[in-house]
Amino acid sequence: MQRGVSYWVMAPLRWLARMADVPLRAWQRLTGQGGMIALFLLPNMAIFTVFVLVPLVMNALYSTTGGVEFFLADRPYIGSDHYQRLLDCGSYLDPLSCRDDMFWTAVWNTARFVIFQVGSIILVAMITALILNRAIPAKAFWRAVFFFPVLLSPVVVGLIWKWILQRQGLANLGMVELGLEPVNWLTERFWAFVAAVGVSVWAHMGFYTLILLAGLQAIPRDLYEAAEMDGTPPFRVFYRITLPLLMPNLLVVLVLALIRAVQIFDEAYVLTGGGPGTSTMFITQYIYEVGFANLLRNPGLAAAASILMAGVLVVLTLIQLWLSQRAGKR
Amino acid sequence: MQKILSIAATASALAIAASAQAGDVRIMWYSDGIEGEVMQDLLDRFSEQNPDINVTLDNVAYQVIQEQLPIQLAAGEGPDIARVTNLKEQADHWLDLTPYIEDPAYWNENFGDQFDWMRPDDTEIIPGFMTQLTLVGGFANKTLFEQAGVEMPGEGATWEDWVNASTEVQESQQLPAAFVIDRSGHRITGPMISYGAQLKGEDGKPAPLDAAAQEFITQLVGWTESGQHMKDVWVSAAGTTYRAGADEFINANIAFYYSGSWQVANLTTKIGDGFDWVATGSPCGAAGCSGLPGGAALVANKNTQNPEDVGKVMDYLASTEVVKEFTERTLFLPAHQGVIKAGDLDFQTDDANAKAALEVFVAATGDLLPEANAIPAWRYANAVYGGMVSRISQAMAGEMPVADIFARIDNDIAEQVAAADAGQ
Repeated sequence: MQRGVSYWVMAPLRWLARMADVPLRAWQRLTGQGGMIALFLLPNMAIFTVFVLVPLVMNALYSTTGGVEFFLADRPYIGSDHYQRLLDCGSYLDPLSCRDDMFWTAVWNTARFVIFQVGSIILVAMITALILNRAIPAKAFWRAVFFFPVLLSPVVVGLIWKWILQRQGLANLGMVELGLEPVNWLTERFWAFVAAVGVSVWAHMGFYTLILLAGLQAIPRDLYEAAEMDGTPPFRVFYRITLPLLMPNLLVVLVLALIRAVQIFDEAYVLTGGGPGTSTMFITQYIYEVGFANLLRNPGLAAAASILMAGVLVVLTLIQLWLSQRAGKR
Repeated sequence: MQKILSIAATASALAIAASAQAGDVRIMWYSDGIEGEVMQDLLDRFSEQNPDINVTLDNVAYQVIQEQLPIQLAAGEGPDIARVTNLKEQADHWLDLTPYIEDPAYWNENFGDQFDWMRPDDTEIIPGFMTQLTLVGGFANKTLFEQAGVEMPGEGATWEDWVNASTEVQESQQLPAAFVIDRSGHRITGPMISYGAQLKGEDGKPAPLDAAAQEFITQLVGWTESGQHMKDVWVSAAGTTYRAGADEFINANIAFYYSGSWQVANLTTKIGDGFDWVATGSPCGAAGCSGLPGGAALVANKNTQNPEDVGKVMDYLASTEVVKEFTERTLFLPAHQGVIKAGDLDFQTDDANAKAALEVFVAATGDLLPEANAIPAWRYANAVYGGMVSRISQAMAGEMPVADIFARIDNDIAEQVAAADAGQ
């Protein structure tokens, strides 16, 4: 048999593979199939342990220590003081009645943001997906247009919109040209919050649009044809056919958008800096400010706040898993 | 395989570059104006004279100095030398240069007045030297005042005088605001002291805000609500984030800007012959017309692997000739006693506005109140600055009445002091 050049080039690799095969077979004989699974999972688990589990445990330890020192060994143990400070409230509905009112202001700002941002993003992504699912000209181009902002860095998104919305920015220039009064988009509490929500929706809706579009395209056409033959009005078609069959995708979008919205930081921070006052200061910014940016840093308090935030994210993730499992059973 | 080899080679190169080599000295530097270029020029000359020492100047944003350097220092890392303004807070991290410099007596004689600003209390170490002294003070757009036909307030003018005159200019010239103060607790401390505020308690810790401090804050918030003080600079961030109002002054959006002497080079570079401007010193309150002294220092990091080389670099940069040249080219106020006493500084600018401004700032040092002079060496100054900025911004944004913020400021400062003192 004639052997080509590639055979000889690959020979060392084959030899290495055979060498590696010996201990692997020995391991399999010793531990069975379960042992092989564990062996192949080991690298991933090691990375997960080093970069996720260990920091998580360290964060929990930091949250029980005080002072401004950096190393855990130099920091005095103070037990649950930070948690008590964060959770000490006259009424959780009134941030100003709390000992750390900034934390609760950030919590409520985040809750408001989540409600408006997730609500808006589902609505806008749904409408966009429905339009893109129709036979419109240049469909591929429009899909790319709506997905493009997802590819941008959040900092770039924040900067672009800051230039547009600042006092002498493009938006006000356009309004003045149209004979309208300029608006203080970023220095009025209401408008700054609207801007933070709007920019976030603009930046992320493309991703959710794609998920919904995939769901829409999976709905059998014959259902629509049957409805058309029956003379069903369009709204009823949407309500009775599209919405129920799209529900699994909508649930995925809802939970993913919720998790992402709770973690809002970068584009909002670049856009408004958390202002005016504290009206767009969200929980992640609070943690960043307390732990890293304040003139006097308090890493223990920041760690405690991040543990509480992690608790919320775990709950949301569990809901997502439960919903996924339920959808799978159907 | 080639890809793997190139990745390995790059990783090795990075690892080698990252580890401190004998003769390597890294300086972390930020710039307000042109001082980064001047410093690079001076260091190039040092490198020619000392080819065995490789000095690298890392120009970074001020925010890196404020937010990342402290974490690097706390982790036992960081550059060999850094230019910092947060001096007292990080005093434990500075290297005592005494064994590594040629003539400690020279350092004590020329820079000794400010050593307490940057070394731990009750120690005698030589941690570095001030690259410049700064003084908080105001700038007025002379051209706008002239166009508006409004006379600029003179010596002894109060804050009300300046705000009222600037407001006349604002109305006449259709400006977005009359004046702005940088978003910084440091910047409003001088005016508060001028109003008679006593920020330091008898125990050396922050005292609750007194009537004088509350009076200035109430006025400032009122001026913001009425549109006289530019709202954008203060409400464009939460927390203690620093925001300068220099761009508003440079763009002629305001008539009066309260910042400090370090802005002179920035203003002269960016305004050019766009309009005439003057330094005004600090407006007066009931107790005086005080700004706040301060400055940036070049300090050595205790974690350096090359203290001898660091000492040589510091000796060179602290020498009389180099300090004089640095001062003349950057338009900074010198901290070197020998340079100050010689009095033969020839500031290298053709801008008459800049030269006149520097003279005003030098003269204004005579107006400093003792309470203001004590602030730079006070370890709790940052707690006070931080506590005030975030709450005043909330009042300016309309989140709570100004009367409600005083108790919260006192509480925030107390919490910060308690957190900082924990474990000590």
